[in-house]
Amino acid sequence: MQPTTLVILLLILMAIAYQFGMRRSVAVAGGPKNLRSLHSRPNYYGYYTAIWAGLPALIVVGLWAAMQGNFIIDLVIADLPPDVRSLPPERLGLWLNDLKNLAEGNIVSGEVSPALRAGADHYLSLQQTAAAAMAVVVLVIAVAGVSFAMKLISPKLRARNRVEGVVKVLLIFCSSIAIVTTLGIVLSVLFEAIRFFNMVPFMEFFFGTEWSPQTAIRSDQVGSSGAFGMIPLFAGTMLISLIAMTVAVPIGLMSAIYLSEYASSRMRAYAKPALEVLAGIPTVVYGFFAALTVAPFVRNVGESMGLEVSSESALAAGLVMGIMIIPFVSSLSDDVINAVPQSMRDASYGVGATRSETITRVIFPAALPGIVGGILLAVSRAIGETMIVVMAAGLSANLTANPLESVTTVTVQIVTLLVGDQEFDSAKTLAAFALGLMLFVVTLILNVIALHVVRKYREQYE
Amino acid sequence: MNNPDTNKPRTIDLVNQSLARRYARERRFRRLGLAAITAGLLFVSFLFISIFAKGYTAFWQTEIQLRITFDEQMIDPSGERDPEVLGFADYNILVKTALMERFPDVRKRGDRRDLFGLVSTGASLQLREIVMADPAVIGTTQTLWLTADDDIDMLVKGHIDRERDESERRVNDKVIAWVDALEADGALGSSFNINFFSHGDSRDPEQAGIAGAVMGSFYTLIVTLLLSFPIGVASAVYLEEFAPKNKWTDIIEVNINNLAAVPSIVFGLLGLAVFINFFELPRSAPIVGGLVLTLMTLPTIIIASRAALKSVPPSIREAALGVGASKMQATTHHVVPLALPGMLTGTIIGMAQALGESAPLLMIGMVAFIVDIPQGAFDPSTVLPVQIYLWADSPERAFVERTSAAILVLLAFLLTMNLLAVILRKKFERRW
Repeated sequence: MQPTTLVILLLILMAIAYQFGMRRSVAVAGGPKNLRSLHSRPNYYGYYTAIWAGLPALIVVGLWAAMQGNFIIDLVIADLPPDVRSLPPERLGLWLNDLKNLAEGNIVSGEVSPALRAGADHYLSLQQTAAAAMAVVVLVIAVAGVSFAMKLISPKLRARNRVEGVVKVLLIFCSSIAIVTTLGIVLSVLFEAIRFFNMVPFMEFFFGTEWSPQTAIRSDQVGSSGAFGMIPLFAGTMLISLIAMTVAVPIGLMSAIYLSEYASSRMRAYAKPALEVLAGIPTVVYGFFAALTVAPFVRNVGESMGLEVSSESALAAGLVMGIMIIPFVSSLSDDVINAVPQSMRDASYGVGATRSETITRVIFPAALPGIVGGILLAVSRAIGETMIVVMAAGLSANLTANPLESVTTVTVQIVTLLVGDQEFDSAKTLAAFALGLMLFVVTLILNVIALHVVRKYREQYE
Repeated sequence: MNNPDTNKPRTIDLVNQSLARRYARERRFRRLGLAAITAGLLFVSFLFISIFAKGYTAFWQTEIQLRITFDEQMIDPSGERDPEVLGFADYNILVKTALMERFPDVRKRGDRRDLFGLVSTGASLQLREIVMADPAVIGTTQTLWLTADDDIDMLVKGHIDRERDESERRVNDKVIAWVDALEADGALGSSFNINFFSHGDSRDPEQAGIAGAVMGSFYTLIVTLLLSFPIGVASAVYLEEFAPKNKWTDIIEVNINNLAAVPSIVFGLLGLAVFINFFELPRSAPIVGGLVLTLMTLPTIIIASRAALKSVPPSIREAALGVGASKMQATTHHVVPLALPGMLTGTIIGMAQALGESAPLLMIGMVAFIVDIPQGAFDPSTVLPVQIYLWADSPERAFVERTSAAILVLLAFLLTMNLLAVILRKKFERRW
């Protein structure tokens, strides 16, 4: 039986258990007229029974499904002919992959040996046995749960409190997923990064100025042994982010100021959502726009001025990234500017300042911490942005400050290192995780500072 | 007046003197703001116009009319109409024969190859489908519209410059002459590009479609929705209604806000390390994509749901508690139903974000070249934004058009979702 059908069966069983529990409580109370003698309303007894039917069984299904795979593989390995068992671990892994593919009816690499065929048959039969055993065990647990709950039901049973307790535990479980996610990110990236630093020295990674992750696969091969200095990547990321911010900050900030201080409410009602459309466009669309429209345009303009422009110039990627971030800067600054108390504006007008003087001398300084926070958030966005640079920036790690040349970024390298087939013990693949760790740490620091600043600023005027 | 220093100018004069300058600065500042907004709006319109202009032609596909003789000798010599035999017959020969009949003067081998290149390689599949559906056509001659090759399509749509030197364009002068001859006969037409909506990916632009990617996106989003909506709402309810105000709750709060700002590619690394390497879930499958996107959209949904819960006035809770409801009953019976429209709006916006996301999906292998349309959440597949990324990398001119068209489809989906969110908000929003 498939796990999905089993789960559906369990859900049906829970619905039946609900009915059973409800009826039972009514019977225990002595008929529908005596419901007052029950502690909770009958439906809570129903829920209580359903929980007993479903929860333990579902937990068992989950644990079983998680354990079954490895357990079966161990059994299969134990039963293999000795010459296969004594293979080195990587070869054995490949062999087992073939076995699984054969069992699932997929294409097998190489010819099918009798040992492989026998192993696959064994694997299939074990899987069937395991599935049947799981179905039986789980259904027995569910039915046992129902009968246990039915025994417990009595007018004194505080069914509602118990059901609510279970629900509350579920709620707590759900809200801790956010924490688990963060932990998962940190741990998964950290582990692989530590493995990387075992192969490549710490100092070389942080202070090396050479990046060429192609490592020779065999020791006798000609070619580079790989250089993992992240300085060029970091510089490239910073260059593109800088270009993006020089586009996004003035335009975003000025539109926010205009919209909140000058525009009529009608104009605000139309222009604000229109600008926010930019935030809803998927980044892959910006990437396409950058690679096919903006990059050739930048190149043509540059060449008509006699400059040498790379077709994957940092300028094109940065410009488009800037456009993407405009709504981000403008809506954050808009919030912040609107939070400046009206009394400060009135005071400024009262001493005869013009609107622009009020804005530049009173509102802007007052809103500055919040605006800086918003800009920091935008910078963290720009650093972590992937698709635009993957599609429009280059792959070669040049250490340059010239925006017309092609540079590469941290995110581009992560994507190029990890897309496609990869083995998990080469420095090349692990380097992506080290870069990911860097990216995570840098954006996290920026975010923490920014969120802190914005929060402090809000409190100031509340 | 006994002013001792009559030379000193009066303040009002100073103010009046500087007034012109100050007003000029005011006007400049105001114009700068207007310019910024105009620039922003120009970018929006330029982006849309450029993509629309590149993409709208992809919805039509050039076709060539040919008289195809369904020769029984070629298709089914035994005459048994066995589906197996019909399925494996060489329909390409039929197309080639028809082309040679149409242009009998073409004799050289190289020219013939060019001639056969007028029609898409998918044309033989078209014929196969016709025969499989109705074997009675065997032995007859039919006038049929067959899909043209992508180069011909580009030529007819004017994307290939006829004025350029022959060596610089993808079609030579002979092919252009044939195409013109066909056009003069009225044997060149165009129809709505059904392939684009019904096919999976292909190396041939005229055969490539978005159906596989759309289905992949669909399964991925279903997984995301089924996981992120209940979990998001549950965490929001806990944090807003039940959580005690202590350090632990603070940590969760800060954590959620930070997660919302973590670069999406980092979630891809998490998915690769945890779901694929550790739990050994299948690569390229929507289930893994859905899990990664769930973690990514959860913060959005939680933040929106909390805002919705916050906007329900405390009086509702107090009234419920006052008539003897438990805290849980007050929440589930009264507060959550009232906050539901807001939560749904947040969820739709989160889903729209997930639909447009591609970077984390690159990490978990959803970039493979997959021709088959996925049938479930465990089949290898790709999603619409990743399909766009893949096509944008293809060198053929015809893929530029198709990429833009795929973007238009994606934007249409996003627009619908956002409109739905706006309508939902307008319709159910309550001001207390």
